[in-house]
Amino acid sequence: MYTEKVMDHFQHPRNMGEIENASGVGTVGNAKCGDIMRIYLDIDEDQIIRDVKFKTFGCGAAVATSSMATELVKGKNIQEAMEVTNKAVMEALDGLPPVKVHCSLLAEEAIHAALWDYAEKNGIKIEGLEKPKSDIHEGEEEEEEEY
Amino acid sequence: MDRLIYLDNAATTKTAPEVVEAMLPYFSESYGNPSSVYSFASKNKDAVTEQREVIARALGAKSNEIYFTAGGTESDNWALKATAEAYASRGKHIITTKIEHHAILHTGDYLEGRGFEVTYLDVDDKGLVRPEDVEAAIRPDTILISVMFANNEIGTIEPIKEIGEIARRHNVLFHTDAVQAFGQVPINVDELGVDMLSASGHKLNGPKGIGFLYIRKGVKIRSFIHGGAQERKRRAGTENVPGIIGLGKAVERAVATMAERSAKEIGLRDHLISRVLEEIPYCRLNGDPVDRLPNNANFSFRFIEGESLLIMLDMKGICASSGSACTSGSLDPSHVLLAIGLPHEIAHGSLRLTLGEETTREDIDYVVDSLKEIVARLREMSPLYEDFVKKSNQ
Repeated sequence: MYTEKVMDHFQHPRNMGEIENASGVGTVGNAKCGDIMRIYLDIDEDQIIRDVKFKTFGCGAAVATSSMATELVKGKNIQEAMEVTNKAVMEALDGLPPVKVHCSLLAEEAIHAALWDYAEKNGIKIEGLEKPKSDIHEGEEEEEEEY
Repeated sequence: MDRLIYLDNAATTKTAPEVVEAMLPYFSESYGNPSSVYSFASKNKDAVTEQREVIARALGAKSNEIYFTAGGTESDNWALKATAEAYASRGKHIITTKIEHHAILHTGDYLEGRGFEVTYLDVDDKGLVRPEDVEAAIRPDTILISVMFANNEIGTIEPIKEIGEIARRHNVLFHTDAVQAFGQVPINVDELGVDMLSASGHKLNGPKGIGFLYIRKGVKIRSFIHGGAQERKRRAGTENVPGIIGLGKAVERAVATMAERSAKEIGLRDHLISRVLEEIPYCRLNGDPVDRLPNNANFSFRFIEGESLLIMLDMKGICASSGSACTSGSLDPSHVLLAIGLPHEIAHGSLRLTLGEETTREDIDYVVDSLKEIVARLREMSPLYEDFVKKSNQ
């Protein structure tokens, strides 16, 4: 069902964990649908992503796309990170089954949500970045406050 | 992978070697069509009749009440559609439950699209249908009640006898989908007041592609597959002779070993359940702890998702299944888990382990040890768990 790359990222996720006092944190998805991704970014004064971590509740594809997305943005500047689309994530994983394409969209959204948080905190505007949809888990108000 | 632990026996079972052995001569040696006149073929008719008797005995039925089909799904379709058609002049209302297999639920949808009305009863938090709800749902135009014998996901065994009595009292036909229960628990159609019963070969160490529908004598159910005169003109098509032989052998085996096998499985199942509930935090058992199939355990682990769990178990050689959306091919988790009142996120983290006759205590211990490790690892990755821990520490 999954490519070798997806399985590799699922079994050995890259950059899994948290960053304390992160420059930006983004959480997207919905527990109701069975996928939640959270991305932590550590961005330096030159707007370079020095470190990135993720946590994911979801299927194999959800874990693998988050892992791959963190690899793709690590070391890039924020504008370059904006170019990491769901398509790029899918291609890097040698594809996903059609029913799992939404996982790659979620990975892109999670990166954007973390960048949005960073931009808000620093009062800057990132070109092409829109406010993330806040459809995060029902009944857990605490998460919503992160936006 | 050096180890394979198959704990998905509710999905299908291994065909027992003696079943395969019994079937083999019917492919290339005794391949005659049972309907043919010459003795070379008519021997096969006798062989088919013998299996019908074996199955009838297992149910306390008569052999002319057993109709071979291609499996549980066909039997369910037949029972519902043909009853609906045959009794439409009397009424167009059917009662079933929200936790039935899709073979019933989707057939119900189909009938609703054709002018029938279907009531889908709720179940309690253990998955039990309340007999009083069944009775309350009966109307003058109710023609059929269909309640599964035991649920395929959570293993809950329904109060079939009570429902049978109600059906009889109100003169309504009663069908039960016994695909998971037949061969696992004793069933007597007269004692239970069952008019129709669906079963399948591959759930009881028999072959796939064969099953039967028990139809009580006197039930006016029509043919579903039209053609030749097989199965007393009620189910046309040349008999699947090797399949029927295999099914008969499997039933014979299942009945002979039932008492011993269930006792062993219940012991292992309860060992599994108590170890998981004691050793893994934030988890629950789904289904009834007592009125439960001997081989079924179904858990929900909070903060993790079922498909990830299945892939990680697979990497350890363990075959299991889940009611998460990702494994059902839709966005919603299992309708059964939702019907017993689980919130979506808990339903997504469900795991079904169904034991088989070859399961050992070592297997169970290995599975629990693996589960502990995997659940901990997935929780370490889960933002839901992170939030929960932070909240608890506040």
